[in-house]
Amino acid sequence: MRDVTGSNDARFPTTRGSAVRGARSGDAVERERSWSVLVAGYWKPAYKHVRVRWSASREDAEDAIQSFFLRAMEKSFFADFDPARARFRTFFRVCLDRHVADAVKARGREKRGGAVATLSLDFDSADDELARAGAAAWESPEECFDREWRRNVFAIAIDALRAECADGREVVFTIFERYDLCEGARPTYEELARDLGLPVSTVTNHLSYARRALRRIVVSKLEEVTANDDELADETKHLLGAR
Amino acid sequence: MWIPDAVLDHVREVTDEPDLSATKYRIVRALGRGGMGAVFAAHDAELDREVAIKVSTGARASGDLCERLRAEARVIARLEHPGIVPVHDVGVLPDGRVYYVMKLVRGERLDEWARGRDVRVVLRSFRRICEAVSFAHAHGVVHRDLKPENVMVGAFGEALVMDWGIAADASRPDPAVAVAVAGTPAYMAPEQARGDVDARADVYSLGAVLSFLVGRDAPKPLASIVRRATAERADDRYASAADLAEDVGRYLDVEPVRAHRESITERVARFATRHRVILSLVGAYVLLRVLMFVFAR
Repeated sequence: MRDVTGSNDARFPTTRGSAVRGARSGDAVERERSWSVLVAGYWKPAYKHVRVRWSASREDAEDAIQSFFLRAMEKSFFADFDPARARFRTFFRVCLDRHVADAVKARGREKRGGAVATLSLDFDSADDELARAGAAAWESPEECFDREWRRNVFAIAIDALRAECADGREVVFTIFERYDLCEGARPTYEELARDLGLPVSTVTNHLSYARRALRRIVVSKLEEVTANDDELADETKHLLGAR
Repeated sequence: MWIPDAVLDHVREVTDEPDLSATKYRIVRALGRGGMGAVFAAHDAELDREVAIKVSTGARASGDLCERLRAEARVIARLEHPGIVPVHDVGVLPDGRVYYVMKLVRGERLDEWARGRDVRVVLRSFRRICEAVSFAHAHGVVHRDLKPENVMVGAFGEALVMDWGIAADASRPDPAVAVAVAGTPAYMAPEQARGDVDARADVYSLGAVLSFLVGRDAPKPLASIVRRATAERADDRYASAADLAEDVGRYLDVEPVRAHRESITERVARFATRHRVILSLVGAYVLLRVLMFVFAR
């Protein structure tokens, strides 16, 4: 079984620069590492997309994702990617849809379960997220894919921020988690300061630091899943900022 | 980890907020987001005043968007005109994004401001827009994205032309800008779509803005002005934004406009409108004399 990041709880693998370019590298180590980055960044939105767009059962969607990544690696699907024509994210989705369409056509010819499970992916968590997000509310499968991709990038980046703060700056992540990741009514800075025994100015400084660090991490993750500076700028614009 | 939609939107927003801690500015609120960057209202702690800050959305200082934002700031800084918002400062944030500081314009966008307003008041502001654009042309700058959304109108009808992000600057030709097809299709000159742009492309856009302002039922002379400004061939348009402004001025002064050949009826109607006070006085005098004649009998 290939050892790649299957859930967001694991560390996100890193490459030197773009994994989109690295996946086509002649260096086997670099190629392997780049594939790990692409799988970690895309498997979850891809799985949700197959479930929503193709109304696939869990088993069919799992098979589709496993076989897609397997064939993409073997057949170098992404070698044809031209950053001048589309974002890698869009190209990826089109390749995935083509692969699933072929699989649907071939369904009558081969038994389900033909794909060998080679990636350790946490499909339970993806299904749980899909149920929570409410697929029926999405306007289109493309928007669903984009939204889940954004969610996945931020989930990975927040995990990386948590890991970065584990070296004695845990309070920075605690403040960020309690303020920015709060689902209900946000606590005031004064309440956070009182709870943590810190001056209010320290709370706001830590929060500001965490946001800057998160932005840096998000941009570095985007750098890995884009092909060049133009696509990076485009995806940064797309990803950051509320609509 | 699971991130609910509301939390995701919040995190995306705060992550994009520029870090101005090393500057004298503090973010007050977000104003808007365009193709090249986001604009925030900010407080200048030293001068104790509100300003507007545009921050690039590019990820790095060397990125194309950052360079374009710098170029935009330089273009605006060169164009000191009451109809062009002044730039105060340019800088780079710790994360590499470029920002520039400008006057905070208090007013309404032209399309919102013009709604339901007297057409003559709107035309006077339109002339000011033409004058600002003409000033830019005299300095070798073509805006390339003139539209109602890119003009702000202040409390006294003063018009400010905004968003010079894709302007072509003849003094600093940028091959990337020169060939790039940029602009808003509804307001874009046909030749602009081919990347072939000079000041007459802005004349076309001004004509399209005028068309938006006066609507479909515009009087014939105004409709003729729109037609000439938005002619398919650049050679058939007004030669400059100043010429367009002059013709709109003629319409406001009830003089014959160059773009329109008047019929006899139109000429008489215009004469009557222009001299309506004198004609009213003469009419009243004649009526008085008639009444006096009738009652004297």
